[in-house]
Amino acid sequence: MIPLSWFLFLSAALFSIGLFGVLARKNAIAILLGIELMLNAVNINLVSFWRYNDPSRIDGQVFTVIVFAVAAAEVAVGLALIISVYRHRNTVVADEIDLMKW
Amino acid sequence: MTVLQLIFLLTAAVILGSAAMVVTAKNLVHAALWLIVTLFGAAVLFAILNAGFIAVIQVVVYIGAIAILFIFAVMLTRREMLDRGPQLNRGWWLSAIIAVIVFGGLAWLLQGWDGLTKTAPALSSGFDSLEALSRALVSPDAYVLPFEVASVLLLAALVGAVYIAFQRKGEE
Repeated sequence: MIPLSWFLFLSAALFSIGLFGVLARKNAIAILLGIELMLNAVNINLVSFWRYNDPSRIDGQVFTVIVFAVAAAEVAVGLALIISVYRHRNTVVADEIDLMKW
Repeated sequence: MTVLQLIFLLTAAVILGSAAMVVTAKNLVHAALWLIVTLFGAAVLFAILNAGFIAVIQVVVYIGAIAILFIFAVMLTRREMLDRGPQLNRGWWLSAIIAVIVFGGLAWLLQGWDGLTKTAPALSSGFDSLEALSRALVSPDAYVLPFEVASVLLLAALVGAVYIAFQRKGEE
C-alpha cells in the first residue's frame, strides 16, 4: 500500500515547480501554465486526503470538482485577457504589459 | 515493493519530469503539450486513489478543454514570441530559490506530522464514491449552494471572456 506521504511530497514538488514557472517565465501564457500545475498539485492533495481519511466523507472530491470549475473560469478569463492585450499592444511578455504602471 | 507502488513511482517520475518541461520548454506549444502529459499523470493518480470520476473529469475538462484552449491561445499569440530570446526572466535564479524554499518548508512541515505514514482505509463493500459525490453536490444540507455558486461563477467568467476577447467592428 502506498503511504500518504508519497502523495503529499509529490504534490509539494509539483506545486513548487508550478511556482517556479509562475515567477520565472516571461510569457503570460506560460505563467498561466504554471498556475495550472499548482492547481493540479492542490487537487492531488485534496483527493489523497479524501482517500486516506474517511472515504465515506466525500468533501475532498466535492472540493476537487469546485477547483475544476474555478480553474476553467480562470483559464477562460486569463486567456481572453491575454488575447485582447495581444491585439492592442502586440505583446504577450508580462514585463511589457505595463499599461497600469504609474 | 508492490505493483501499485511501482506504478505510483513511474507516474510520479512522469509528472515531475513533464512539469519541469512545462516550465522550461522554449517553444510554448511544446510546453502546452507537456502540460497534457502532466495532467494525464494526475489522472492516473486519481485512478490509483479510487476516484474514478475525478480521473475522467480530469481527462475531459482539463485535457479536453483547458489544455486545448492553451494551445489555441499560444497559436493566436505566436508571431511575436516565437522562440525569440530567453524564455525566463533575468532574475529566474531568485524564483528557483523561492521555489526550493517553498518545497523545503512544505517538506519540513510534513516531516513533523504524525499522520504521514497512514495507509488508506479499505473501502467498505457497496460504497460508491460517485453516488456519494453526486448526492453531496445536490443535497441541501451538503454542498448545493457552493455548487450553484461555482456554476454561476463559471457562466459569468465565460460571458466575461467572450466580451473581453470579442473583436468589435471597425477595430483592428
